[in-house]
Amino acid sequence: MNVLIYLIPVSLLLGGLGLAGFFWALRKGQFDDPDGDSRRILTDEHDDRPG
Amino acid sequence: MTAAVRPSLATCPACGVGAPVEAKPVAPQKDDILLSLPGIHCAGCISEVERTLKRQPGVRAARVNLTQKRATVQAEDGVNAEDLTAALEQAGYEAHELDAASLGGQDDPRGRALLMRLGVAGFAMMNVMLLSVAVWSGASDATRDMFHWISGAIALPTIVFSAQPFFASAWSALRAWRLNMDVPISLAIVLAAAISVYETSVSGAHAYFDAALSLTFFLLAGRYLDYRTRSLARSAASELAALEVPRATRTDGQVVPISDLRPGDLVRVVPGARMPVDGIIIRGESEIDRSFLTGESLPVFAGPDTEVSAGEVNLTGVLTVRVTAAGRDSSLHRLADLVALAEDARNRYTSLADRAARIYAPVVHLLSFAAFVGWMMVTGDARLSLNIAVATLIITCPCALGLAVPAVSTAASGRLFRKGLLIKSPTALERLSEVDTVVFDKTGTLTEGLPVADPISGVSSETLSLALALAEASAHPLAQSLSQAIREDGVSPADLTALREVPGQGVEGNWNGKTVRLGRAAWVGAEAAAGTAAYLGVDGKQPQTFTFTGRLRPGAAETVAKLRAKGKRVILLSGDSAAATSDIAAQLGIGDWRAEVLPQDKAEVISSLARDGHKVLMVGDGLNDTAALASAHASISPGSALEAARMVSDIVLLGRSLEPVVEAIDTSRSAVRRIVENFAIAALYNAVAIPVAVLGFATPLAAALAMSGSSIMVSLNALRLR
Repeated sequence: MNVLIYLIPVSLLLGGLGLAGFFWALRKGQFDDPDGDSRRILTDEHDDRPG
Repeated sequence: MTAAVRPSLATCPACGVGAPVEAKPVAPQKDDILLSLPGIHCAGCISEVERTLKRQPGVRAARVNLTQKRATVQAEDGVNAEDLTAALEQAGYEAHELDAASLGGQDDPRGRALLMRLGVAGFAMMNVMLLSVAVWSGASDATRDMFHWISGAIALPTIVFSAQPFFASAWSALRAWRLNMDVPISLAIVLAAAISVYETSVSGAHAYFDAALSLTFFLLAGRYLDYRTRSLARSAASELAALEVPRATRTDGQVVPISDLRPGDLVRVVPGARMPVDGIIIRGESEIDRSFLTGESLPVFAGPDTEVSAGEVNLTGVLTVRVTAAGRDSSLHRLADLVALAEDARNRYTSLADRAARIYAPVVHLLSFAAFVGWMMVTGDARLSLNIAVATLIITCPCALGLAVPAVSTAASGRLFRKGLLIKSPTALERLSEVDTVVFDKTGTLTEGLPVADPISGVSSETLSLALALAEASAHPLAQSLSQAIREDGVSPADLTALREVPGQGVEGNWNGKTVRLGRAAWVGAEAAAGTAAYLGVDGKQPQTFTFTGRLRPGAAETVAKLRAKGKRVILLSGDSAAATSDIAAQLGIGDWRAEVLPQDKAEVISSLARDGHKVLMVGDGLNDTAALASAHASISPGSALEAARMVSDIVLLGRSLEPVVEAIDTSRSAVRRIVENFAIAALYNAVAIPVAVLGFATPLAAALAMSGSSIMVSLNALRLR
């Protein structure tokens, strides 16, 4: 059972990383225009800094 | 998923072009120019619009938001929004300036906050579930306690943060001495968390942290989806106000914000511009298009002393207008106030879910309280009794009830979307199913835009070529449909000189030394015919009459016939002239029609029908219909309608045909049937689950299984609707 001592923190840390990533995407406005973003992928333009 | 239907709405010149363009991130700022782009719908549109905007001098960056159909433009001072919209119109896109101030910026803080809460709840639920599975599969003693403590450390802050929308809503309901669905939800979440903390602290076997979190997560997901659909359909009132042009040109040439204008000021309105204010014309003659405000299909003549209202479009001549009311007092604003008032009245509609909650919530609370008291009396063990009471509360918590309505509306909306209908209001289907009277607007709803010229026969080709030459010299809608009709007959225009348009009368020209005129009866010297007509006069000859008829929208006749066959009362209310209205009413077999109805009167007719106990469905498209649309029990507008009209409507028709209206009513009735069935399923499930919980056999695992089981049943029943 000693393995839990580091496995639990590791799982929490990984989940927390995912959560932080979600926050970051939300703050950057990546969920503001779902319709537009799904269309923009079809054009040839390089939009590597979505607003 | 909207892509499949929308392209039929507007022809997009850039579809499939998809030229590379560099898009820079645009963070909305105070001085940004906001443009409304109702016609955009594809990747080509996005890049074409952004490229067009960025080609304009002084524009630093432009970003299109397809979800909101808007563009945000960052530009240097002195860049004029009108230049931008003109450039876009030239590229083939309808564009309007939006007043950024009255829209309150681009940001959507509520949506983001909900999404943030949902994300946090999802993260916490997954982690706690992992630990719970370990407990359920046999972790014991110190390990179990540690898992419970970790679960609690994750769950408690999450609940405090994520479940706030439920707590807030429950609290405001309780303060008003009402019970809504959020009261049992909040109580279940709070009590589950509290009892779990206590159980953990005394090394108990059962903790409900996972149940509390999954409740929060799933209900938040429903809440967010609900919010998303509604935030797209933003408040009609704010869009209406934003449509109003925020600037006017004074006679001294100065461009000033409308808020700076005072009654008595003189403003100049050029052809093609919208009236910025209510006022009286003091100089100039022109024709004005009032169709947005009144539904009149033909432009009317305007000269000195004619009163004009904000929002009307000046067509042919330059006008000088003395301001009588501006901004907040203008008629456009008064209309917006009416809409806000009517919308408020409709928001008081109690949905089936709320009515169910009113019965359900007290029953659940009484039951768990009874379970507590009963076990207290039998065993005298407060801890055991409390555990059982909380288990009852969690097991009966309205997961199935919370899903019963949204699952059905989602399935019904999906089905109607495939038929070309966009459902915007969450209670639209319920209200639509109760409808017994259908009120139609004429111009733009039953008919399609311009009147078409009646077939021309027995007219010499010489006369036709004269009419064509004159008609092509004018931008008047009748002249345009006449020239189109004559062109189709293969006639080429005569050679005329000295062509000149007389505002409000018609066009005249010189043909071999003779004056020829196309226009109003009195001006041409002809006898006025019944209905809509234009007249051609040549010196020394009998004038020729061309008549016009409104063209019916496809499916209009079938829709009216089907509605009547279903026993609905059909009424036609139009702001247009009696002749034009009676013509359409006769074509469709509608006996109950009224013409020359003012916007306020339309809303008044609807309200008086409502007072007589009728449930009215309003179908309309113009600014003059918005108040009526908002005050009706349910409302539908065609996709070609003005943005403001679409905003207040519950349902928008995406295609050109009116026929889906019938489909919508049918589907709404079966949807309401499914909702009632779902309530029955939830009740049946509770009838089994409650005794189990009250008798003390419920464990956290049983609660988790029961919650998902009933939710799946309810969702499957909803899917039968597809």
